[in-house]
Amino acid sequence: MNEFMLIFRHEDGNKVASPEQIQIWMKQTMDWIGGIAAQNKFVSGTGLPFDDARVVRHNNIVTNGPFGEIKETIGGYIVVKADSVDEAVEFAKGSPVLQGDGNSVEVRKIAAKDGIH
Amino acid sequence: MEQQELIPHLFRTEFSKITAVLCKTFGIDNIKIAEDLAGETFLSAMETWTYKGIPENPAAWLYAVAKNKTKNYLARNHFFSEKIVNQIKHSSSESVEIDLSEKNITDSQLQMLFAVCHPSISTESQIVLALRILCGFGISEIATAFLTNKETINKRLFRAKEKLRLEKVQLEFPTEPEINKRLETVLTTLYLLFSEGYYSESKDAVLREDLCLEAMQLTYLLIENEHTNQPNVNALLSLMCFHSSRFQTRKSENGEIILYHDQDETLWNKELIIKGIYYLHQASKDKISKYHLEATIAFWNTQKADTKEKWENILHLYNLLLQIEYSPIAALNRTFALSKVKGKQEAIVQAEKLNLKDNHFYFTLLGELYNGIDNEKAKQNFQKAFSLAKSNTDKQTIQKKIEHL
Repeated sequence: MNEFMLIFRHEDGNKVASPEQIQIWMKQTMDWIGGIAAQNKFVSGTGLPFDDARVVRHNNIVTNGPFGEIKETIGGYIVVKADSVDEAVEFAKGSPVLQGDGNSVEVRKIAAKDGIH
Repeated sequence: MEQQELIPHLFRTEFSKITAVLCKTFGIDNIKIAEDLAGETFLSAMETWTYKGIPENPAAWLYAVAKNKTKNYLARNHFFSEKIVNQIKHSSSESVEIDLSEKNITDSQLQMLFAVCHPSISTESQIVLALRILCGFGISEIATAFLTNKETINKRLFRAKEKLRLEKVQLEFPTEPEINKRLETVLTTLYLLFSEGYYSESKDAVLREDLCLEAMQLTYLLIENEHTNQPNVNALLSLMCFHSSRFQTRKSENGEIILYHDQDETLWNKELIIKGIYYLHQASKDKISKYHLEATIAFWNTQKADTKEKWENILHLYNLLLQIEYSPIAALNRTFALSKVKGKQEAIVQAEKLNLKDNHFYFTLLGELYNGIDNEKAKQNFQKAFSLAKSNTDKQTIQKKIEHL
């Protein structure tokens, strides 16, 4: 069994949704994660709030978050257990993040701690 | 008549107290001597009280006799008393004082609880040891609760005591930094002890309820001590209160399980529900543990009406619980809650992914979900559940479901 990280990419973190919309997303996300956890395939995960986000650039130039300059931001990630990348992709397909046009979920295998990777 | 009822009750509570204090005095490797002395004390009580009546203060009488018996024992066994005297650094065996004050009793019992729940002892043995030493249950009672024979229980007890001796487990309070780690094991054991009573297959309803009450009493012991009165302990007690509030309505007189839906909620114990709410409130001071989540789920289950709010909350709580600790039963209960929130179709899709093909509850759930949607499939699943179920009560419950399709 491998571990995969599902990274949520939002096209535009600046778009402010209504509290009600946020609440709906939150609930959907929790149900989605609950469904993965019910299969004993959930490892860990967290949201990444946009507050207090900084980007440190070459020459130690610090800017307030990536927004504005880059179109895409990372909103959070979860780590799941899966037999194959296809299974991980199936999990990713259920993510409520994908309801947003232009959003995406990146599926990345976590390097095994076997000294080969 | 009154006397016959009084003695077993006293035996349980006082046996545990006297044994704990004597163990504290002698060291836990002499647990056998402590048990024997406590046992002899009760034998004296039975011999004397039968003819002279029950003394005004039975506990005080028992303590006085226990002290005397201990003194006599020490006087008779010089070798042993010298060892003990050296251990507790008293000058002579006459001055070995058995302190049966309330404070020393509570302290000794708490330390005993931590010793019994020592990580080096298997969980199975911890529970048997706790039932015997901390709850004062007889060997045959424990055997009845576990649906096994006395020999098995005796063997388990023997192994557990050997382990205590070999690992040189001390009767002491864990140090402040260690307390949280050790408390975790203690809570697991208390949780299992409670479940043992709650889900026991034993037909003896009184015994099952007593098991639960003892587990609650021990948890309460932790709450009364300032070092162990922690949020997760309160959460666990809250969970126990909510569950036991339904104790009377869960099984019929002949031991058949009465399903939640068919229970008479007017018989649920309101007092325990209120206590559960109180401890849950006490628990809400720190980061949440699995006991918090389970207690809150149990709270919602004390509201019988099928409201949207109830099931959305339960679903949410199971989502969180599964992230902290996966268990098949939590996964199944989550899927049931999901069916209440999002409908059976959606729940079937998720249930099919659970991969719990050796679990009869899994097929019972699938049967429930298909019921009314595809009754043929419902029947197949119930039949599969029936063939996997091990206990007769489970088989009966499933059989009824098939008949009601």
